[in-house]
Amino acid sequence: MEQSERAEDILEAVWIAVIEEGDNSASLEALDIDSHDPALLDLECQALIELKGGRVYLRSEGRMAGEKVVRRHRLAERLMMDILDLKGSNANAKACEFEHLLNEGVDTRICTLLNHPTTCPHGRPIPPGECCRTARSSADIGVVPLTEMKVGDAGEIAYIATSDTKKMQKLMSLGVLPGNHIRLNRRFPSFIFHVGNSEFAVDEQLAREIFVRTDAAD
Amino acid sequence: MAGQSEVSAADRKIVLVGNPNVGKSVLFNALTGTYTVVSNYPGTSVEVSRGHCEIEGVYYEVLDTPGMYSLLPITEEERVAREILLQENAHTIIHVIDARNLERMLPMTLQLVEAGLPVVLLINILDEAERKGMRIDIPLLQEKLGIPVIGGAMARKRGLPELRQAIASYNPEVKAVFGYSRELERDIAKVSNLLIGDYTLVPRSIALLLLQKDEDAWQLVGKAEKGNLQTIEQAVNDTIYERRMDLNLRISLERKRICHALLEEVIHEQTDRKLTFFEKLAEWTINPWTGFPLLVAVLYFGVYVFVGKFGAGTLVDLLEGGLFEKFLNPWVISLVHGLTPWVWLQELVVGEYGVFTLGVRYAVALVLPIVGTFFLAFSIMEDVGYFPRLAMLVDRVFKKIGLNGRAVIPMVLGFGCDTMATMVTRTLETVRERIIVTLLLSLAIPCSAQLGVIMGLLSEVPGALPVWTACVVLVFLAVGLLSARLLPGERPMFYMELPPMRLPQARNVLIKTISRMQWYFLEIFPLFIFASVLLWAGKMTGALDGLVRFMAPPITALGLPAKTTAAFIFGFFRRDFGAAGLYDMHAQGLLSPRQLTVAAVTMTLFVPCIAQFLMMKKERGWKVSLGIFVLVTLLAFGVGWCLNVVLGFSGWLL
Repeated sequence: MEQSERAEDILEAVWIAVIEEGDNSASLEALDIDSHDPALLDLECQALIELKGGRVYLRSEGRMAGEKVVRRHRLAERLMMDILDLKGSNANAKACEFEHLLNEGVDTRICTLLNHPTTCPHGRPIPPGECCRTARSSADIGVVPLTEMKVGDAGEIAYIATSDTKKMQKLMSLGVLPGNHIRLNRRFPSFIFHVGNSEFAVDEQLAREIFVRTDAAD
Repeated sequence: MAGQSEVSAADRKIVLVGNPNVGKSVLFNALTGTYTVVSNYPGTSVEVSRGHCEIEGVYYEVLDTPGMYSLLPITEEERVAREILLQENAHTIIHVIDARNLERMLPMTLQLVEAGLPVVLLINILDEAERKGMRIDIPLLQEKLGIPVIGGAMARKRGLPELRQAIASYNPEVKAVFGYSRELERDIAKVSNLLIGDYTLVPRSIALLLLQKDEDAWQLVGKAEKGNLQTIEQAVNDTIYERRMDLNLRISLERKRICHALLEEVIHEQTDRKLTFFEKLAEWTINPWTGFPLLVAVLYFGVYVFVGKFGAGTLVDLLEGGLFEKFLNPWVISLVHGLTPWVWLQELVVGEYGVFTLGVRYAVALVLPIVGTFFLAFSIMEDVGYFPRLAMLVDRVFKKIGLNGRAVIPMVLGFGCDTMATMVTRTLETVRERIIVTLLLSLAIPCSAQLGVIMGLLSEVPGALPVWTACVVLVFLAVGLLSARLLPGERPMFYMELPPMRLPQARNVLIKTISRMQWYFLEIFPLFIFASVLLWAGKMTGALDGLVRFMAPPITALGLPAKTTAAFIFGFFRRDFGAAGLYDMHAQGLLSPRQLTVAAVTMTLFVPCIAQFLMMKKERGWKVSLGIFVLVTLLAFGVGWCLNVVLGFSGWLL
């Protein structure tokens, strides 16, 4: 099931349009693809997509394949940003080249190296892979984002995973500081937690960036 | 020389700093005896208040700064607060902290002390901390910190005499010193030794700011150290590289370590205790299952019953029907008629659009009771600490319309006065949110005066109120959703401290209500007079008839009688003017239920009043405000037209 880079890019774009943006299909026009593109026809040939009236429909096999491509792309982005510290369009371009090298196996290594990240640097979710699920079920990571904690769970803040300094400062000045004790009170409609004697509310986006070493794991 | 010492004595300044919501404004009031808006909502005091006080025969100027979390500013308000610290050359700086959150707030005290500023630490809200079972050994903390430490509860003036004493006897020579780890100290010294310029802060503090890449500090150094700048830059970059760790984080952790050590033995806590009623109430407000019913109850009793029925009903009847119709109007009219034979002057003062009969009567008898009751309800909710929880509750919904939960505060305030709410939009973080909120305020949030009249008007016609509500809510959501899609900009983030809920103090609530009403009255009363003069001039010269004729086609297109046009034109002078105009017409039996509903919907959506438009221009600029003006006008008439057609076809509300 080796695809060309071009085919992977197409599959990725269709997956994002259909799965994340909730469209039922993607139009060739919006994707800027010619209907005679060999990569496109190749995908159709592999029964991953279906072409109908200038629109691309994702078949269920295509969903799985697409998810893997997206996962690789976003892992590549995280790698560029977090480890190699490349930013902006340059990082994006590099990530686009790099993702095609992350075949089965390599992506697992990188995911583990990055400690199973859940979002790409743009805040979009990274579809979890097999390695993430195993790591979670065996509970060998004591450090989890706030979003993974249950109501009533408490722990010590391990680190704050944001590249935005302002956000980091804001959280730190609120007392969300590594080493402080934190207790989750509520997950819905927002994440509400106690640090010291104060209560704070943050949205899911921010909660995802606060990592906690839970008491249970000790 | 005697003259000079007098000047410096008169210029002695006391600056109040601290996190939002720790009681700075309450302290300000206690010290100076003058009143600013005291708020239980994080970040409302955007502007700096100044006052005076006298301690032991010496005059001091007291400055209340916006809330800040650290010396490293993030928001505009924090920048303002730091600016004051750096430039005002204070005699004493009172750092106000919340006793319940000593450990979290103490790091800023360290920052202030380290900056070489003359700090007095006030541990406020001690009474609530004690109620929670905390005991704080203040003498011990003072000894450990090396600066004056005072415990108190400023809302009850507890600790105020001690604080005044500490200010009067402040000795700036005594300076406390804290040490960081040896490694960090070495790094700081390496940078601070290179600084040769002249600064308000001590070099050590500047060096720390430089290491934390603070832009303002770099600018300051760039100016003060012309030739030296490159060496400093190199030294800072070397240090940052050498440690390979975020210095912000490193310094924060160091401070936390020091504070932890300082508070050892100082705080004694009793852990097992029952939840108080207000803690339980706080739980209920944030649980969606109980929170939304509570919200409905608050809206029903607080807004509908108290403002709508009591304010807009009972009080208005009393003032308008009783005081004005029965006593004041006949008396003033006969007085004016007796004094002057000129018809134009009679018309100006007591005519159809007279300064007294229209301007003063509307302002005092119609608007004041409604706005007054609303501000009272708003201030109570604010002081209870309800709004941050409301913000959290609606955050998910508001995200859909491109906002975050914070925006609920200006929105709720908008139900009182849209002009004031438009001004408050500046507390929102991104320009995008500010524009969306400004648009929604001018379109779909009726102010209390208008709301009161419209509710009174429509409740007499069965079925009209639900139709009106549905229309306004639909337009609100549709426009919100669309503007969230169309306006570019970053997605909003939501984070907010939830202050503990508490029983509001009658005095604070009253002061806030009165100062808001004062603001409102000063802002609107001249406009009422201005508007009635303008309308009078229009009537006298015939310009009003011209304008009515000009506006009549779109109005009649809505299926309304041409006379409604006058109400729409009034509407621009004050939103409630327009609604009250409809009220008059309805009382005369000129409008059918369908016409009434269409007119009420169009009027609610129609262009904001002139005061709000001016505020919009001031806050957002010409381009945006004119854009909003045009958009709102088109939408209002479009929706009104559609509604008229729909009602016509469906046969409702004939």
